Amino acid sequence: MSQEIVQLLVDIVKLIIIASVIMGIFTFILLVERKLIGRFTRRYGPNRVGPFGLLQSIADAVKMMLKEEMVPGHVDKVIYVMAPGMALMTALSVFAVIPFARDTVVLPLESLIGFSVYLTPWVADINVGVLYLLAVGSLGSYGIILGGWSSNNKYSLLGALRTSAQMLSYELPLGVAVLSVVVMTGTLRVTEIVEWQTQFAGLAWIVFLQPVAFLIFFISALAEAGRAPFDLPETENELIGGFMTEYGALKFGLFQAAEFVHAMMFCTITVTVFLGGWNMPFLNEILNIMPTPIQALAPVLHLGIFIGKSLAVYCSLIWIRASVPRMRFDQLMAFCWKWLLPIALLNLFATVMGLAITAELLGLW
Amino acid sequence: MLNEVKEAITAPLEVAKAMGITLKQFLRGPVTNQFPDEPAQVYPRFRGRHALKRYENGLERCIGCALCAAACPTECIYVEAAENTDEDRRSPGERYAKIYDINMLRCIFCGYCAEACPTEAVVLEHDFTLAEYDRWDAVYSKEQLLEPNNPEYLVVRDDEVFVKADTWSSK
Amino acid sequence: MELTIFIIVAVLSVVSALGVIFNKNVVYSALFLLVNFLTIAVFYLMLNAQFLGMVQILVYAGAIVVLILFVVMLLGEQLGEDISSWVTPANGVIIVLALILLTIIGTAVTDYPTTGAKGDFTPELIQEYGQAEMIGVTLFTDYLLSVQLAGVLLLVGIVGVIWLARNDEQLPATGDVPTKEA
Repeated sequence: MSQEIVQLLVDIVKLIIIASVIMGIFTFILLVERKLIGRFTRRYGPNRVGPFGLLQSIADAVKMMLKEEMVPGHVDKVIYVMAPGMALMTALSVFAVIPFARDTVVLPLESLIGFSVYLTPWVADINVGVLYLLAVGSLGSYGIILGGWSSNNKYSLLGALRTSAQMLSYELPLGVAVLSVVVMTGTLRVTEIVEWQTQFAGLAWIVFLQPVAFLIFFISALAEAGRAPFDLPETENELIGGFMTEYGALKFGLFQAAEFVHAMMFCTITVTVFLGGWNMPFLNEILNIMPTPIQALAPVLHLGIFIGKSLAVYCSLIWIRASVPRMRFDQLMAFCWKWLLPIALLNLFATVMGLAITAELLGLW
Repeated sequence: MLNEVKEAITAPLEVAKAMGITLKQFLRGPVTNQFPDEPAQVYPRFRGRHALKRYENGLERCIGCALCAAACPTECIYVEAAENTDEDRRSPGERYAKIYDINMLRCIFCGYCAEACPTEAVVLEHDFTLAEYDRWDAVYSKEQLLEPNNPEYLVVRDDEVFVKADTWSSK
Repeated sequence: MELTIFIIVAVLSVVSALGVIFNKNVVYSALFLLVNFLTIAVFYLMLNAQFLGMVQILVYAGAIVVLILFVVMLLGEQLGEDISSWVTPANGVIIVLALILLTIIGTAVTDYPTTGAKGDFTPELIQEYGQAEMIGVTLFTDYLLSVQLAGVLLLVGIVGVIWLARNDEQLPATGDVPTKEA
């Protein structure tokens, strides 16, 4: 086997591992969410299945799988079956460009197969990674829209219409907020954005330099992921579940999974772009004075930091969900077009002007 | 326009306030009663399953007058009386209840039977675990009702506890 | 390898384009259009134009098709006609003309193969400076007028839509929650 094919196989294996780990974390996150929401409302949350209720999600998953797969008679069958998978697929594919750690691990297999195998902590490091994030993120609405339309149900259709309007609108401030980060770091490569944030002993987190962009990104991401207080696609009290009304069993489970993976995806993007990715302040400096065996553990440490940060961001999502009531639809749209987008554009303008003035003063032009 | 600007300033504060409130509640911990593991707490005037009381000397209080059955709005009580004899004395009066059935599926726990009872024989106790697998099991016979029925999984709170553990006081 | 991928994607592209035309259900047409846009994005990627590929997905697949679906859902999906209703003399003339045009193009391409004009930007240069920078520099120097004109065109479109959507009757604003002062 040539080196290229081996690397390709390694990438495929990595994709499979990431997808399954994400799904595993999803069940865990579901439990965390239910428990935390419970605590915020002074309940315990699920605690009956297994120790501390740890097996609750597994029990739910088994239940979902064992239920009868039903396709109602009045639906558009092809799209009805396709929609949940589409929703989950788009949410999962974003993780391909997220760097989970810094260093590439080299497996010295020269004596065995004639060349070394490189294990990068990301699947692909494409030079337009940020655009990839936005592009694939923007495809996330298809599952919901098609699910709502194919159900042939007025409530579902209303949910789908709301979603398409909401997602189209909130993509703009989201993109513009990321754009100001891109202008600042001067690269579209995700790994380079993270690397940029390791400057000044890892203190150059973009959230400190671009707080407005961070807030706008965070709010828009909430809306894009359909999280409370922007969970208008579902609105169980007015649209009886919106696009999910006609779904049951595993297909419903897939929609649930897609929703949570979508939220997780935005958490990891937030961590990567704004919160320093796998880095912590002074981490590299401390690692540099450590003995070599500890330095070799750096990828594991990075991965742990990354997951910890993402979980922290996710917990803040849960906190917001427990605190802020759902917005009305016209408020939602007015908020996006009258406030978020102008502020995002002003922020971009200010960033560009600031960079230009600094460059002028430093005589870089 | 001025209103909107005002709103834009106050709205984040409102959100922060809301999140502060939830955080405070989060830190105060759950109030849930873990029922099968912990004893359930009921208040003294909670109306649960009925009981037929006895006098201290062991005689039944019920004299089979069926006033409870007459007072019952859902007609869930059935009483059939029989004469006491000197050999077989069940209650101090002339008659006693030979059959005393309460259909727990029909009972609405209004407590009118207890009000109507002249000898304070039937009272509503605190037990609420009344689920059955067979609906005929939900018709409680006199023998079942005569048993003392405040199980150990119930704790009757007195009023002091009530004040101390008041979960809705805003402190 | 590259040729195999190209053939697969090209067949997909043509089939999905035909699907857009021949489907009676407009939602299916829109979905075929989505597939078509995605295959075009793959073509861009294969031509080393990652930036364009991603923008293709972001703008066309992510926004335009969603808008089309939005409109279709609002208007009701059964807008299509039977294919038999297409058989008219006018359409026959159009088909003949289209075939003639195709023949001419085909002859021209096979008889005079062009390898394409080579620009200043070689793949190596693009790799060095990055795709986005290159496109930005080109757009804002050589093609500045076109960019400005496109901007004006979009502005005209936006103003036109606002004028069309404007309602002369003074309706109460929907976004305001009734407050105590009001």
